[in-house]
Amino acid sequence: MLKALKSCTAMTIAVVVGVQPAIAQMVTEVGPGEGEVNIVAWPGYIERGETVETFDWVTGFEEATGCMVNVKTANTSDEMVALMNEGGFDLVTASGDASLRMVAGNRVQPINIDLIPSWSTVDDRLKEAPWHYVDGVHYGTPYMWGPNVLMYSTEVFDEAPTSWNVVFEEMNLPDGEPNEGRVQAYDGPIHIADAANYLMYHQPELGITSPYELTQVQYDAALDLLRVQRQLVSRYWHDAFIQIDDFKNEGMAASGSWPFQVNLLQGDGAAVASTIPQEGATGWADTTMMHVDAENPNCAYMWMEHSLASNLQSDLSVWFGANPAVPAACTDGRGMQTAEGCTKNGFDEFDRIKFWTTPVSSCESQEECVPYYRWVSDYIGVIGGR
Amino acid sequence: MSDTLLGRISDTLWRNPRLLIVALLAPPVAWLGIIYLGSLFALLAQSFFSIDEFSGLINYEFTLKTYGELFKAYNLDIIVRTVTMALAVTIGAAIIGFPVAYFAARYARGPWKALFYLGVMLPLWSSYLVKVYSWKLILAKEGILNWLFETLHLSRLLNAYLSLPIVGGNSLSVSTTGTFLVFLYVWLPFMILPIQASLERVPHSMLEASGDLGATPVQAFRTVLLPLAFPGIIAGSIFTFSLTLGDYIIPQIVGSSRRFIGQAVYQYQGTAGNIPLAAAFAVVPIIIMGLYLWWAKRKGAFDAL
Repeated sequence: MLKALKSCTAMTIAVVVGVQPAIAQMVTEVGPGEGEVNIVAWPGYIERGETVETFDWVTGFEEATGCMVNVKTANTSDEMVALMNEGGFDLVTASGDASLRMVAGNRVQPINIDLIPSWSTVDDRLKEAPWHYVDGVHYGTPYMWGPNVLMYSTEVFDEAPTSWNVVFEEMNLPDGEPNEGRVQAYDGPIHIADAANYLMYHQPELGITSPYELTQVQYDAALDLLRVQRQLVSRYWHDAFIQIDDFKNEGMAASGSWPFQVNLLQGDGAAVASTIPQEGATGWADTTMMHVDAENPNCAYMWMEHSLASNLQSDLSVWFGANPAVPAACTDGRGMQTAEGCTKNGFDEFDRIKFWTTPVSSCESQEECVPYYRWVSDYIGVIGGR
Repeated sequence: MSDTLLGRISDTLWRNPRLLIVALLAPPVAWLGIIYLGSLFALLAQSFFSIDEFSGLINYEFTLKTYGELFKAYNLDIIVRTVTMALAVTIGAAIIGFPVAYFAARYARGPWKALFYLGVMLPLWSSYLVKVYSWKLILAKEGILNWLFETLHLSRLLNAYLSLPIVGGNSLSVSTTGTFLVFLYVWLPFMILPIQASLERVPHSMLEASGDLGATPVQAFRTVLLPLAFPGIIAGSIFTFSLTLGDYIIPQIVGSSRRFIGQAVYQYQGTAGNIPLAAAFAVVPIIIMGLYLWWAKRKGAFDAL
């Protein structure tokens, strides 16, 4: 068994290494469409007017190019990586934690930005972002980004809280009641980064330079902070809709959240608002990347152009409570988004957001960092009360 | 005697009955062996590897280190928490399920019996997720149960209970009690049906005889009915126990976010890429269920099969 597994691994490596030279090829021209394009995407990312009629950025593309869009949704970055490893897809909307893994694993191919006329309209802050621009090579077109905001109940807070301390430290909230049992935190291990981000501001002597690159000492300090938080949190949130329900039915006062939940709750008339406190926030940024063996490269390139040029950027940013990768989409009226809407979704806060990346042991800012798999087991321990 | 090919095959099989058995059994055994046991062993083999502390890559060399990790305090917590919950749910389901099954087996007749089956089975027809989400709403702080307590002026009682350590919490839906109630509801039918089947087999004359011999109802229950129905209870408990042991959705939606075994496996495998530890965790319920089944067999749970 052991031997068989070993040789399997060896063979896989051999195949991957052997295939490598063939994949450095980059598409040099876009030919006629192949008739379809297969995309792995986050739920809600590719809408064809079936959920809500006005949110449609697919049918126009299909009519114009003849490329039928097939979508496979994935709920986690790990699912996305797994699907791309299986193959059979052309594109993926990968977050910062998945994108570099796929680049390192040779699952995605370099993108020829000369073939994407709207590339020049992409936000300058994103054009060479480290989660898709590796060693001078572009591995995708930016799609959408957003902050992890602090959502709060406007019935409890008269004005926006200025610090994340309302969810990290024991205190009385403005309505005079303690915060214990009335705040929530994200149930994923990446929440350790939020704690590190908080410490980065309040305990500069720890010398944290990136919340995703923590030495053992910095990491332990973050865990200690999270242990305090465990005393305050009755239930960690995992699913966006469960958090929405908790704000409606469990009397929640504050929690780290996504603009997505804030928008849905406000749409329902719930008394909530969101803010990015003085410490800044963590966030996510997604990129459309192309599979190394994409069977429909022409349609894939057409989709990438479409994703930047059409109503997609504008309408999706309204739909998802996120920010477009093309700044003009906020203002030029190609869709429903407005300048105010972009500001509300955190468009001007780019510099205060530390975008999600996978913690690895060989990190840039420190000699040695705590890798992600330990974040997972330790966060399980913290939630379990250890 | 036939000369056609089919005829000859038929003759050969007739002369060698063993060949026939092999031919008939090969596909299902291959299915069981390769697909089921094969994947199980592939999983078990993974648990003897370890994850490299520094790179996070899997180290394909035999080691028991990963099993050692199971005994770290926070992992041991998960195992103890899950097994305790499974036991509590099993005992709770037996206590509630027995009278229901007894009524169905002894008194329900005709349309009542049909209604009983419908009532027990109905929850199984709707989606598991829908049931769990609706329980979340029932147990919520601003939910119907809390409203009921308030209307009856019993809120203080509920709050006193919720302030207890371990079983309590900020509201029922974020407490361990809430998790217990939802588990109990979801798995109850799996307890009622086997008990009912075993009670149907207890001859009514035996209860009458015990009464004639002067046994009080309690004595008759303890010495006659319960021992005879016990295999049914154990059969039901195998369901409730193993289902609770493996579930990872209910504790995620209702409860205090403290992990159960199923969630730990999901998280170690899915988000951490720590497959060895996930595999080692997956072995835990297998061992616990093995011990449980061995004990159940000694108690005669399978005699009626």
